[in-house]
Amino acid sequence: MPKAFLIDTTRCTACRGCQVACKEWKNLPAVPTKQTGTHQNPPDLNPFNLKLVRFSEHMVDNKVAWYFFPDQCRHCLEAPCKQASSVEGAIIQDAATGAVIYTEKTAQEDFDVIRGACPYDIPRQNPQTKQIVKCDMCIDRVKANLLPMCVKTCAMGAMNFGERADMLKLAAERLAVVKKTAPKARLLNPDDVAVIFLVADEPKKYHEFAVAEGPGAMTRKQVLAGAFAPFRRLARAMQG
Amino acid sequence: MTNHYTDIGNADAVLIMGSNAAEHHPISFKWVLRAKDKGAPVIHVDPKFSRTSARSTFHVPLRSGTDIAFMGGMVKYILDNNLYFKEYVAEYTNAAFIVGEKYSFKDGLFAGFDAAKKKYDKSAWAFEKGEDGIPKRDPSLKNPRCVFQLLKQHYSRYNLDKVSSTTGVSKDDLLKVYKAYSATGKPDKAGTVMYALGWTQHSVGVQNIRLSAIIQLLLGNIGVAGGGINALRGEPNVQGSTDHCILYHILPGYLPMPHAGWAKLEDYQQANTPVSKDPLSANWWQNRPKYVVSLLKAWFGDAATPDNGFGYDWLPKIEPGGDYSYIFLFDRMYKGLIKGGFIFGTNPAQSAPNTHKVRKAMDKLDWLVVGELHHTETSDFWHRPGVDPKDIKTEVFLLPSAQRGEKDGTISNSGRWHMWHYKAVEPIGQCKPMGGAVVEIMNAVRKLYKAEGGTFAEPVLKLDWPAVYDPEDMAKRINGFFTRDTKIGDKEYKKGQLVPGFPNLQVDGSTSSLNWLYCGGYSETEGNLAKRRDLTQTPMQAAINLYPKFSWAWPVNRRILYNRASVDKNGQPYNPAKAVIVWQDEKWVGDVPDGGWPPLATGKGKYPFIMQTEGHAQLFGPGREDGPMPEHYEPAETPVKTHAFSKQLNNPCMKVAESDMDVLAAPADPRFPIVLTTYCMTEHWCGGGETRNTPPLLEAEPQQYVEMSPQLAKEKGIKNGDVVIVESARGKVEAVAMVTIRMRPLLVQGKIVHEIGMPFCFGWTTPKCGDAVNRLTPSVGDPNTTIPEYKASLVNIRKADKVTEL
Repeated sequence: MPKAFLIDTTRCTACRGCQVACKEWKNLPAVPTKQTGTHQNPPDLNPFNLKLVRFSEHMVDNKVAWYFFPDQCRHCLEAPCKQASSVEGAIIQDAATGAVIYTEKTAQEDFDVIRGACPYDIPRQNPQTKQIVKCDMCIDRVKANLLPMCVKTCAMGAMNFGERADMLKLAAERLAVVKKTAPKARLLNPDDVAVIFLVADEPKKYHEFAVAEGPGAMTRKQVLAGAFAPFRRLARAMQG
Repeated sequence: MTNHYTDIGNADAVLIMGSNAAEHHPISFKWVLRAKDKGAPVIHVDPKFSRTSARSTFHVPLRSGTDIAFMGGMVKYILDNNLYFKEYVAEYTNAAFIVGEKYSFKDGLFAGFDAAKKKYDKSAWAFEKGEDGIPKRDPSLKNPRCVFQLLKQHYSRYNLDKVSSTTGVSKDDLLKVYKAYSATGKPDKAGTVMYALGWTQHSVGVQNIRLSAIIQLLLGNIGVAGGGINALRGEPNVQGSTDHCILYHILPGYLPMPHAGWAKLEDYQQANTPVSKDPLSANWWQNRPKYVVSLLKAWFGDAATPDNGFGYDWLPKIEPGGDYSYIFLFDRMYKGLIKGGFIFGTNPAQSAPNTHKVRKAMDKLDWLVVGELHHTETSDFWHRPGVDPKDIKTEVFLLPSAQRGEKDGTISNSGRWHMWHYKAVEPIGQCKPMGGAVVEIMNAVRKLYKAEGGTFAEPVLKLDWPAVYDPEDMAKRINGFFTRDTKIGDKEYKKGQLVPGFPNLQVDGSTSSLNWLYCGGYSETEGNLAKRRDLTQTPMQAAINLYPKFSWAWPVNRRILYNRASVDKNGQPYNPAKAVIVWQDEKWVGDVPDGGWPPLATGKGKYPFIMQTEGHAQLFGPGREDGPMPEHYEPAETPVKTHAFSKQLNNPCMKVAESDMDVLAAPADPRFPIVLTTYCMTEHWCGGGETRNTPPLLEAEPQQYVEMSPQLAKEKGIKNGDVVIVESARGKVEAVAMVTIRMRPLLVQGKIVHEIGMPFCFGWTTPKCGDAVNRLTPSVGDPNTTIPEYKASLVNIRKADKVTEL
């Protein structure tokens, strides 16, 4: 059965337990950072930070709004990155869970194409290995009947994981509750992704790439990615 | 906490003040969200809009150090609008007590003040007693000298104009909070107060909490599900270490520290055993002598006999009125009066106020032993920036400590739950649990004493000291044993048996217990109750999220303190839907009741506030150093010259260290016009000695910052991300400017006051992360506890022309 996340940003306290737990489970090294005038650190996703809590401040009706967005791969149901892939077996989708997985073969991909195909700007490249990396839904844990690490560590109920049907139900319930006090609340691309965000305000206020606004951007990229993929595969094959 | 974490979800309103719960006690916030889900307003009152504010129903910024003005206004609002819970106030608090004629309050000072000593003669605040020795009461609450009327009179001055111009909170915001929170004054509603160091770390710290207790009592919120005064303690095991007397003024279990005025055990017992003439008062502390003797038996074993006061004669005794807290310990060290010592698991060269002085004080030591996980600013003070190690004579020993995951033991959470944690991995290298290190060191000292003798050898040699450290054995010793075959009532106990609960502790030496509060936590039949993880509960317990079989809570597994105040005189709950206890079929069911006596209406009951001598909760608290009712005073360093409530600018009893390095800014000092508050953060633990050495955490919060408003930044020509110098009368700190709308300028006495905030976790042993913010804070303390005033001091700020620390 396909799995899904509900990331309820209205419950997130930006404790960053998910961000740190992700690194720890995957044994990813810390990256050197600087304080630049924001709590968001590292400043962006990178090959060693596959999960990042984004912070944004807004003055809304003379009231402070501080939004937190625990960003990660959305595990799209029909992943544009997979469609853009030109290397067989580089980007695969696990049939049982729906997890979109990047393998070692991504090192042979054109990184700009893969990153460009993602409407959420998630993929990053390891400069040494050239592998393209992102969240893998903690597929090792999920296959062992454990929750993904980010979900396991979340005490607030912001990170939820389970059967897609259950998550959709939970998402609808939470949306109905949140809408009572936040009329702009919405779910982000619930029909297209396995990682569904619930936000209380306009998605762009949370993060530039929080949502794929259809039918424009996403379909265009999907179409392009789909259309050129065979040629890219061919080109690579010819280069050996 | 009077209540506990999972209980917060029962609240009908949550007031978070003096705390940034979501960031500093994240798990508590899980239960705050549960309450919010059910419709409770979550109110955050704090100078800074934080991650707590982001998830609260609303946030109200106030100027640091004005909480008493803010809450005093709430007391007035509750009384003016008759929102208090009348039966509760009249029956369960001392509202009806008549205060003696000597009591007065005039222009900021209570009766009995001795200006030369900066001390009160508290006898001037005593209650008037009848011929029977019981305080006189007026249940109608009309007597002009009854506590209720005095309270009303005292806070009548705290009107919206004065409170608003003092705190910087608009009148609308004040009313919004007062209205939302005081709605819990109804018998079937509960409000919870969550606080932490934002209330304690002030020169009026204790009175901040006193005033919140007064509000909670007026609203009938103590003893009930979803109520209480809830001190968030947290991960450094503050609760457990306080219970076991990490502070100088107590012995384990909140027994006063012996002083030279109490030479013999009899003197000590007489001075510390309260007497009530009221047959309805349980006056629980009348049992204190039993706990003292049991503690002495646990320390000295068979050597403790009636002839030597059970070893009391061997105890060190402080000077009466002597202050041995951090501030004055380091003051003495600075003055060359301390030769050496042990520092375990704390980092004063980073986290004590006026850190320049603390660091210099350590230079005066001959020797120092530090037990730590990592090198810290304390272990490495001798090669700190600007110092030549050759000039420092101190010999420093660094003992490597085991980390929590490397040892068995317990932690007591804020809700007093005693929870066992298990060793996950063996300690690396030569690391040892602190208990192991202490046991071994003492055994070596004892060996030397045995071989060579020494001055006053008895306290060392007579100790009932273990050969090796075993946490399980220690847990049993804390619970306590029968020291001989004993009969209590018709029950017989054998020597060596574990004592089943502190009501069985004895004054004759037949029992031992290292901490009476924890007695009952280790059972002969059920074993170590701190290891319980059983989630079973009755439907009544389920209704209030109470898990009596998960771990064990002191005292006697009671989860909600003073729970008999949640029921009326017939033992029936004021809020049946969230009943904590109920009198049913001639017995109490639900939580463990605060004493098993039947309800008061039977005539055989006892008043619910059993720890108070007269059994009533204290709206009027005549035991504190700085007054029986909280009064607004400005912080030691204040941006104003006067205030609206009296001519007494600061707390007249506050403690101030005096030395050439203890300089204070003048009131409204033009050199330092900005208020600084300091705090910890989610990503780092306290002074950061451990977490700065945890790379993923340092990655998330790498460097010292200062949060400031865009208005202040503009005034000072500072841009977000600039490095700035923050300067007080005591030192300078470099920090990265975090310019944020989350900090707001406040309108105080008609003028704009800027407040900035800085974390205290960054220190020089982690390269380029910055250095101690406490180089700025003053050595000023609360008169009751001497907790330093970290939360409000004066500074100035400017763009840095040269960067050395970051």
